[in-house]
Amino acid sequence: MKRALHQGPRWLTAHALAVFAFLYLPIAILILYSFNGQGVGGFPPSDLTLNWYRILFSDAAIWDSVLNSLLVAATAMLIALLFGIPAALALDRAQFPGKAAFRRLVLLPLILPGIITGLSLLMLFRVAEVKLSLVTIVLGHGTALISVATTEVFAGLQKLNRAQEEASLDLGATYWQTFWRITVPNLKLSIIGAALLIFTLSMDEIAVSFFLIGRDNTLPLEIWGRLRRGITPEINAISTIIFMFSLIAIVFWYRLRTRAEVTPEIGAELVETAGGSGF
Amino acid sequence: MATKSEPAVATSSHPGAASLVSIRSVAKHFGKNIVLRDISLEIAEGEFLTILGESGSGKTTLLRILAGFEHSTSGEVWMQGERLDTEPPYRRRVNTVFQHYALFPHMTVEQNVGYGLAIAKRPAAEIQSRVAEALAKVKMSACAKSKPSKISGGQQQRIALARALVNRPRLLLLDEPLSALDANLRRQMQVELKALQREVGITFIFVTHDQDEAMVMSDRIALLRSGELEQVASPREIYNRPATSYTAQFIGHTNLLHAEVRQGTATCSALKWPTSLPDGAALFSLRPECIRPATAASATGSPGNAATVRFRAKLRDQAFHGATELLRVESDGGLILTIRTASRDLPNSEAPLEFEISAADAIPVRASNSNSSSSSHSGSQSEGGV
Amino acid sequence: MFSRTYRTAITVPPLVWVAVFLLVPYLLMFCYSFWSVSESGTIAHSWNLDNYHELLTKPVYWQTLLRSMWIAARVMFFSMLLGYPLAYFLSFHAGGRKDLYYQLVIIPLWVSYLVRAYAWKTILGTDGVLNTLLQYVHLTSHPLDFLLYSPFAVVLTLTHIYTPFTFLPIYASLEHIPHNLVEASHDLGATPAQTFWRVIFPLSIPGVLAGATFAFVLSLGDFLAPLLLGGPSGIMISNIVVSLFGAAYNWPLGAAISLCMLALVLGLIFFSERLEKKWSFS
Repeated sequence: MKRALHQGPRWLTAHALAVFAFLYLPIAILILYSFNGQGVGGFPPSDLTLNWYRILFSDAAIWDSVLNSLLVAATAMLIALLFGIPAALALDRAQFPGKAAFRRLVLLPLILPGIITGLSLLMLFRVAEVKLSLVTIVLGHGTALISVATTEVFAGLQKLNRAQEEASLDLGATYWQTFWRITVPNLKLSIIGAALLIFTLSMDEIAVSFFLIGRDNTLPLEIWGRLRRGITPEINAISTIIFMFSLIAIVFWYRLRTRAEVTPEIGAELVETAGGSGF
Repeated sequence: MATKSEPAVATSSHPGAASLVSIRSVAKHFGKNIVLRDISLEIAEGEFLTILGESGSGKTTLLRILAGFEHSTSGEVWMQGERLDTEPPYRRRVNTVFQHYALFPHMTVEQNVGYGLAIAKRPAAEIQSRVAEALAKVKMSACAKSKPSKISGGQQQRIALARALVNRPRLLLLDEPLSALDANLRRQMQVELKALQREVGITFIFVTHDQDEAMVMSDRIALLRSGELEQVASPREIYNRPATSYTAQFIGHTNLLHAEVRQGTATCSALKWPTSLPDGAALFSLRPECIRPATAASATGSPGNAATVRFRAKLRDQAFHGATELLRVESDGGLILTIRTASRDLPNSEAPLEFEISAADAIPVRASNSNSSSSSHSGSQSEGGV
Repeated sequence: MFSRTYRTAITVPPLVWVAVFLLVPYLLMFCYSFWSVSESGTIAHSWNLDNYHELLTKPVYWQTLLRSMWIAARVMFFSMLLGYPLAYFLSFHAGGRKDLYYQLVIIPLWVSYLVRAYAWKTILGTDGVLNTLLQYVHLTSHPLDFLLYSPFAVVLTLTHIYTPFTFLPIYASLEHIPHNLVEASHDLGATPAQTFWRVIFPLSIPGVLAGATFAFVLSLGDFLAPLLLGGPSGIMISNIVVSLFGAAYNWPLGAAISLCMLALVLGLIFFSERLEKKWSFS
């Protein structure tokens, strides 16, 4: 009885396996064909080669776009943290008129399709006569991803024992000192998690960038442009590299939270807040 | 200065000591909810004052106003001739031992204790020696390098104490610091804390809901009830001369006697005793230990002594408590009384026993409008405390 | 405990930023939807309801909207079908491997949206992996061409992308169910199936609603997967908006459609939130 309860019906295990296969098969194929001499498609894959990577590394346009994306992601991350952390603090510990509306507004880009955020910002820049460039993309990403910083940090604040901050004030530290010595160290994991997430999401973002792009492409837009022209294994190669970096980020995050023992799952709060009653 | 009228004896009963903190007509409202109303209290230099009250009585709020985490709705707090309540918490020479200690988890024990000194930018050598000294004082030198999560609750409690005391505050606030400890450790800490306070000479304000704890440790007890001071007095006085029926019931056990006074004699059921109260209804508190089995000597002795009152009662219940036991008896007139006597075997019979009280032990008390404590008409016994 | 200065410092900067970069743009979109394009191709700031009139009278718009909703509904259904049992398996039957499995569901989320859509394109194409595989094993003699450039391809790809998104809130709500409730149900004589339908499932409804809303709303607004994999029959409402903002150059009409989409999405979120509140007992 006990064993049966623990294991559950056999079909459930089979189903889980099937879902994992469905989730990973395309990724596996993508990586596999980045080494396929015959190019993408064609079964079975043959002629294992690093040729596509060689072509990729000499492709200046791709690397320009990678650099642009890194720049955009780093700046957007700073903006999102700079405004998202205070927003979380404000939601946690300040009372002001329109607080509920503010909360909803901040979180809106999280659940809205990117096209709406992108288009509304496009109209703003048009009316304000701002020329589209990487700067407009940074502003777009930064604004949309404040929601990520706010949710992650807000979740961290809920777990922070307020008495700790009181103890710090009590021991003579000002609000500013308390913020840096007590609040930030306690939120460290939430902030790092948010930063990682924001960086990754920005690197990958296309729906908002699609409308705000100027002359310089970000990586997803560069890939997009090439996809419109046809399939090339170079894209498999760059995708594989991005995937590897994502894996490194995950492992990094995982080790961080294992060291800190008990902490939130990255992104879990995000989905819970956006989808759950927190929204 | 606005002094509270009776029953709160607001002036210090600590003879010869100057007033350190003066709480003047402090009130606190949270919206429509009135948590504190018109609290006035003088706290003497070097005093160990306990704010005692049930949960929801406002004791923690009062403490947080002193620490600076809450602002009073009205009233003022002064410390040595200066306004305290307008200062932010970090400019008050007041430190707090928090209920669940609030140790910083990302710092070692040493860093926790040195936090206040580091913030005050004391020289490193001074920080080091003072931290070491403070840790030695609470017997925690061995754990200096540990993280708070790696030490026990009792040890965390000591660290929290050291972290506050190392700053040499004028006033130390303790918010139920012992409530998370188990009974034995708690008794031990009560004694240590009291000794430590004597040693450092700092004024302690200690918040608790445990009346035994309050009695053991305090110079004075301020009993708070529904946001108002019920009585402020030394443990002995508050126990021996409770001003109100609530105080009498909250601190220790008591029998509340609803008596009728006529021409210097109080009557409650079959009991009669002399009193100086004017005619009319009156309420008396009679501690269980003040009722004695009548001895042969007193039985044959001076019967004319008006101060000793004798009565007969039947035994109803008997609860053994080790050195003492509690008896529940019913007197001839149907009055139920609780009596504490030294443990001994009593004849288990329906035969009435004879008891006596001294008239001076029946303490007249003012009736508290009862919401939490109900007293039956035939006299009752409260379950205050353990 | 926080001073006025502190509260001002944490409140004002994000408030200003959000007002400028979120509130004002939404309001602008609202304004645009009542404007029109003049003959010379500039925006005429004359207020009228022409755009909304056009939306209602031209079938192409609401037909595309309906098709988008149909696609989104299928994505929602399939990602639920995949996500719920997976979440249940992890929560109740994965034992010590729970954390590992959880990470395995999360990892695809870190893989670029575009890359995943692209991967499906390489699989489903006429010369794609699937077709060449089928021919290699002689299941077909010539490539199946209904695989790519069809609503099927769009639904498949979006399901792949949003299954982890539906999984997360469901898993979270299952994890919040105290284990002793399940034990109590068994103790009172309920079989595992009865326990599931009478205890576990009702308590997981908030997660289901959240996951479903996610999948539906995000698929509804998608325009990249249809462009990449949809073909003419897989066109969705956002694609029309994109073309109105691009080649067709009719921003006001595009804004009006976006606003309708926004209203639909907000309505759904509001509705699902109300239901979630009704079904949460904590």
